[in-house]
Amino acid sequence: MNRLIPLFAFFALVALLAFGIHWNTHHEMSEVPSPLIGKSAPAFALPQLFEPEKTLSGKDLLGAPYLLNVFGSWCPTCQYEHPILTQQIKRLGIKLVGLDWKDEPADAKRWIGQFGNPYDVLITDRDGRAGIDFGVYMAPETFLVDAKGVVRYKRIGMFTQENIRDELMPKIAEMQREAAP
Amino acid sequence: MRSALTRPASISSGLVRSVLRSAPMRCLVFALLALAALAAHAIDPLPFKDRAEEVRFQQLTRQLRCLVCQNQDLADSDAPLAGDLRRQVFEMMHAGKSDAEIKDYLVARYNDFVLYDPPLKPGTWLLWFTPLALVLIGAFVLARIVRARARQALAESQKTTQPNSGDDDW
Repeated sequence: MNRLIPLFAFFALVALLAFGIHWNTHHEMSEVPSPLIGKSAPAFALPQLFEPEKTLSGKDLLGAPYLLNVFGSWCPTCQYEHPILTQQIKRLGIKLVGLDWKDEPADAKRWIGQFGNPYDVLITDRDGRAGIDFGVYMAPETFLVDAKGVVRYKRIGMFTQENIRDELMPKIAEMQREAAP
Repeated sequence: MRSALTRPASISSGLVRSVLRSAPMRCLVFALLALAALAAHAIDPLPFKDRAEEVRFQQLTRQLRCLVCQNQDLADSDAPLAGDLRRQVFEMMHAGKSDAEIKDYLVARYNDFVLYDPPLKPGTWLLWFTPLALVLIGAFVLARIVRARARQALAESQKTTQPNSGDDDW
């Protein structure tokens, strides 16, 4: 019996490593969970892309939930996400705010002109300071903020049909249940 | 007269040229140029007020992780976001913030992940204490094996009167 212990130890190690490989293939290991979930969204006041003399602040958005989608014209994944925003996110009936992050407004306008505008309102964060306040580190990233201005959910990377159905929609439903009574 | 003057010069410049054209030399020149380009590119020209401030900045940014290239620190990452965060750290230093305040600022936005040295708290106990636990388990197992062998050897030496019996085990 004692002689078999090294064999068992070996199999235990194999099982551990197999679990590690399995875990890594099903989880995005580079994802940094946001410490903002459950906290008030950071204050911001940013110029609008199409009317730069007008600013939009977090306070202006209080009262109704919204999605803040961080994108940039330089970001290829944002192009892939764009039709999903147009076809699926818009159908959810929630306000969609576009945050043009670390980008030239002229490039962003061209990008929107080329692919279409899925956003209800577009704001620009040219030097990326508002992005830092939100803990943005890549694009696209999307924040779900409730009517009270609390961050409820963050998606790092593009939305897909699966995570809209499994993550975003239940969160929106949860917010609606809270608002109902 | 003219040719006599120019001749040695042309020989030496020809020599220099042929040396520069040799394959290893070309590689070396290329490597040096590439290195110089890298060094010039990685470090943004931040207007430090003195050497002490620069040293403090370098030490602090080496303890912070770049969120984009996650195995690089903020000090030597080339990612645009790392440049923004370096600028942010620099501005906070100028505003008189302490290193701890700057770290708290970044942790509030990017989580503990931004720190290379993870803080000790319930969520990181597994990370901090697993190596210690493994060492203790290893020491315990080793001690048991050594003691069992010692006991066995003792028992065998008492049981047998034959000399050299201990050597046969090997």
